[in-house]
Amino acid sequence: MRTPAFILVLTAVAAALYFTFNFVGNDYLFFAGYVVLQYIVLATAWNILGGYCGYVNFGSAGFFAIGVYTTIFFYTVGQKIDTLMPDWLIAPMKLIFPLPLPVLIVLAGLVAGIVGLGMGYLTLRLRGVFFAIATLALTVVMETFIVNWSFVGGSRGAYVIPPNEVPIFGNYIHFLFALMLLLVVIALTSARLIERSWLGVGFATIRDDELAAEASGVPTLRLKLVATVVSGALMGMAGAPFPYYIGYVEPASAFNLSYAVNSIAMPMIGGTTSWVGPLVGALLLGTLQQVATVTISSAVNLLIVGLLLIFFVIIAPRGIVGLYQDWFGKSRKGAKP
Amino acid sequence: MEFDLLINAIIAGLMLGGFYAAVTAGISISFGMLDIVNIAHPGFIILGSYIAYIVNVHFGVDPILIAIIALPAFYALGTVIYQIYYQSFEKHGQDSLRGLAFFFGLLFVTEVGLNLVFGVDYRSVDVPYIGGSLTLGPMEFPVRMLVPCLVSIAMFGGLILFMSRTFIGRAVMAVSQDPQALQLMAVDPIKIKRIAFSISIATASMAGAFLIIIQPVIPSAGREYIGRVFAICVLGGLGSLPGTLVAALLIGVIESITATFYGPSWAPAVSFGLLLLTLAVRPSGLFGR
Repeated sequence: MRTPAFILVLTAVAAALYFTFNFVGNDYLFFAGYVVLQYIVLATAWNILGGYCGYVNFGSAGFFAIGVYTTIFFYTVGQKIDTLMPDWLIAPMKLIFPLPLPVLIVLAGLVAGIVGLGMGYLTLRLRGVFFAIATLALTVVMETFIVNWSFVGGSRGAYVIPPNEVPIFGNYIHFLFALMLLLVVIALTSARLIERSWLGVGFATIRDDELAAEASGVPTLRLKLVATVVSGALMGMAGAPFPYYIGYVEPASAFNLSYAVNSIAMPMIGGTTSWVGPLVGALLLGTLQQVATVTISSAVNLLIVGLLLIFFVIIAPRGIVGLYQDWFGKSRKGAKP
Repeated sequence: MEFDLLINAIIAGLMLGGFYAAVTAGISISFGMLDIVNIAHPGFIILGSYIAYIVNVHFGVDPILIAIIALPAFYALGTVIYQIYYQSFEKHGQDSLRGLAFFFGLLFVTEVGLNLVFGVDYRSVDVPYIGGSLTLGPMEFPVRMLVPCLVSIAMFGGLILFMSRTFIGRAVMAVSQDPQALQLMAVDPIKIKRIAFSISIATASMAGAFLIIIQPVIPSAGREYIGRVFAICVLGGLGSLPGTLVAALLIGVIESITATFYGPSWAPAVSFGLLLLTLAVRPSGLFGR
């Protein structure tokens, strides 16, 4: 399928989903669906670096939180405009602030991308393991920084009050849900584009044998930097609407380890070699968690994620997509005499 | 006054560093020597803390004694984990991505499991010496810190001796350098690695007991140690136990001084910042080859 056609189909599916949910008319569906969609973006973003290049990023929560706190930063600036700005700036600033959410998402993507570039530049020259540990370290450094930064709420956390009504969409959660759908379309399209372009081929050589790739003239560092920036930016964009969704953010919830675990577990369970894997994994695991949170408890659902992750990396290293290919391939061969 | 504060911050840091040495010992063996990125290690340390906690609450036994009794159990746990790791990942060549995900999953499952059993409340042990402290001029040594530090350094010394003097210890050092050569000497590298990994997990039992003597523990406490132990391990130089000890003391002192003069909320960033700096400037560490 060509890319424009792919985008068209994806958008159609997204629109159909939105209107079905709207038709059912239960707002809980939107709240639960938003979380699943957010995980699709995170898992797809993680997979661009983790699955395609083979560099494990434990810092998904950090990039997500960059998005969250970019929103909170600009929201707070908007709230305190009278005290922050010199007099002559207040009037023009009042026209710009509060920034609309789509703008915040783009800004969050920029900030997270720049952080990704910086981190990648520092650590990507080392072996993959060091990169993985450095991402963990970076998350804690950022969390400490946010905890000590009182402008964005510090350890007390910050409140963000979403407007009640939005034009066209009406209810605010409907608007957030639609935005997340758009992000899903963007994430999946970029992942698929990368996969099928020379970038994807370059990434695959890094994953398979970085030394050999380097020796044959593949600009490995530059490629890895591209992957880190795209992956980080997408994660930041996924985090930007979160304060409006949840209403109150504190560092412990924005930097929650479950984001890191989920964004690793979902591609691993779905399959890391193509854009379908994270989508399948996130849909399955995200929905399962939503159901388990309601019916059992939120601690048990995290246990399920952890156990599934261990189970899949041991038993089915290529994930559900791999299982499907094996099974499908075999049954077709078996059918032929 | 300022000087007293600095002296005491350094002393507290040295004692903290002694404890960090015990926490890092396991990683220094598994990551530094065996190239197994066991990020689940802090999870096992917390597991050790909780075992010390249950036995202490029910029978009033000293946590360090409990940890010593639990050593074989942790050793066995290490053997099982290494078997799974070897069979599923190491045997098939370099697939570090999945191995990492495996240990990450283990860490998470340990934490959530402890959460389900014990809840998220802080737990602490009850030992007679926990409140006391020794005073020497302007210097103060809280016994709660001093005992874990001394036992930890004793354990670390034992490990260094074991690694340099015994056959198995030397074989572990050899396997970290050239497993194939070891095979030619008619030693099974897998067996040696299994023993070394089991020892590394066994140290978690001790470190867990130290941790719960020093401070109350919650299931998620392991996470903040991940970066710290790797920071110490990398700073000290991979595979060098004496380097690890020096780095542990160094990070303990730096953290303690930061906490005293800038407030405890900045302390976690110190070791992580140092880790990032080490990785960027000198990845082979202070004592690296």
